[in-house]
Amino acid sequence: MRDGMPVVVTVREVIDETPTVKTLRFDSEFAIRPGHFCMVWVPGIDEVPMGFSSPGSITVQKVGEATAALTSLTPGDRIGIRGPFGNGFTPNGRVLAIAGGVGVVPLYPLAVNGSVDTFILGARTGTELVFARELSDLTDLKIATDDGTAGYHGFVTGVMDSEIDLLSYDTICVCGPEMMMKGILDRLSDAGIADRGQFSLHRYMKCGVGVCGSCTIDPEGLCVCRDGPVFTGDQIINSEFGTYARDASGQRKRV
Amino acid sequence: MITLLKDQVSVGGVDLDNHLILAAGVLGTTGASLSRMRRQGAGGVVTKSIGPVPKEGHAGPCLIPLAGGLINAMGLPNPSRNFVPELETLSGEPVVVSIFGGTPAEFGEVASWFEGIAAGFELNLSCPHAEGYGAAIGSNPAMVRACTEEVAAFGRPTWVKLTPNVTDIGSIGRAAEEGGATALVAINTVRAMRISIDLRRPVLGNRFGGISGPMIFPIALRCVYDLYEACSIPIIGCGGVSSAADTIEMMMAGASAVQIGSAVYDDSSVFKTIADELYSPDGVPAAEIVGCAHA
Repeated sequence: MRDGMPVVVTVREVIDETPTVKTLRFDSEFAIRPGHFCMVWVPGIDEVPMGFSSPGSITVQKVGEATAALTSLTPGDRIGIRGPFGNGFTPNGRVLAIAGGVGVVPLYPLAVNGSVDTFILGARTGTELVFARELSDLTDLKIATDDGTAGYHGFVTGVMDSEIDLLSYDTICVCGPEMMMKGILDRLSDAGIADRGQFSLHRYMKCGVGVCGSCTIDPEGLCVCRDGPVFTGDQIINSEFGTYARDASGQRKRV
Repeated sequence: MITLLKDQVSVGGVDLDNHLILAAGVLGTTGASLSRMRRQGAGGVVTKSIGPVPKEGHAGPCLIPLAGGLINAMGLPNPSRNFVPELETLSGEPVVVSIFGGTPAEFGEVASWFEGIAAGFELNLSCPHAEGYGAAIGSNPAMVRACTEEVAAFGRPTWVKLTPNVTDIGSIGRAAEEGGATALVAINTVRAMRISIDLRRPVLGNRFGGISGPMIFPIALRCVYDLYEACSIPIIGCGGVSSAADTIEMMMAGASAVQIGSAVYDDSSVFKTIADELYSPDGVPAAEIVGCAHA
């Protein structure tokens, strides 16, 4: 057992990515691989899992109490970071990345390090696209918005169906809302290449280090925090993924 | 090192596949997770503690690894009665359901939900950081006896898990024994805290918590030793066990079996790892060493 006390970092810069998403840049960096996450301690509020958007930043969407507090931080504020945790993405060959909303965060470092050939980026609306400008320089970027205000009018799966030759990719890295990811997994499965998919899952977490069991998924009992958060499509195709998850008390709820 | 003969193991009325049991609160939140621990070598498993109503637990941070241990204040998160279907796929397995409550009647109510499912019950009278539950009850011998009586009345194996945060653990153990406990489990976590010096505040969301892992092994060992002197029912040693040598040492202090929790942090297959070293065909029967350090 190693000392895993939170590392206290100072927020150096707050960048508005969209009306609901902000990047918090720290005064220190962590040794991350793309897809790693950390437990972010917002003193007095809670501790929540967040993907790293770079070795020295997280990118946060306001969805609950802790993320509301995070997105209202200003330079000079301090928070605690435990991590990096998890397995991260392990791409090889020709790589397609697919992100929905703030799900782009763990995939962004993968594009920055030059691993991604094609990137499908989706959002509810044009102003909620995160890292679109940067990704267009780094990858062959294709955009989809639910309301058609930018790019393809519809979901990322619509772009997959109409513009992508799935079999030409060796690895398909995915992060976003669970039903979006399920739609992608179904397509990979239909094409017989579920094992080429690498999906970054989100589950309620408490410990982040594979001890408490809050984030285990049925039926194998894998811990999203320790065995994941990235799983291959064949690992999760016959699992709770796409059907249900558990809340803080461990009760099942539909996703 | 001395090794044990692999033989049938029965502790406090529960038949186990080996002497190594998954401790409550670790990877015991779902049936699938408990099954995984069984597949990875646990001779029996104890569930996350289940209470009378669903609880979300304390705000984070809830658990912090330290050098030599884990400090936690989970706050007894549990799905209450909705945990029953989690155990459907574990029918007939050595699954002990850990229960907590604020009164003897609440212990009885929770136990009733699992009467036909559990191989036994373990009363959590020892969680050090949940107000009105756990150690708040478990440091009072009369309450320990009353809660134990309520659960023992189901006629199923009834283990009672004790807190080390008392002056005389023997008197608490005797209260459980008088209440009808079939085995004692010692110990739950030791009260503890850490402070972030940069932020000048306690690091756990609950401020205080309990510590587990190797740094409490000598404390747990002493408690088991004391209980072996004070009581006559079997004892299950728990607290920092992470090797075959720890297991043997616990048994020499008086434990009939051990529970393992924090050690899964370093090795999720720790049960198999220990069993491979603990057992051999020319090992001694466990009965030969249980409590031998008292001679």
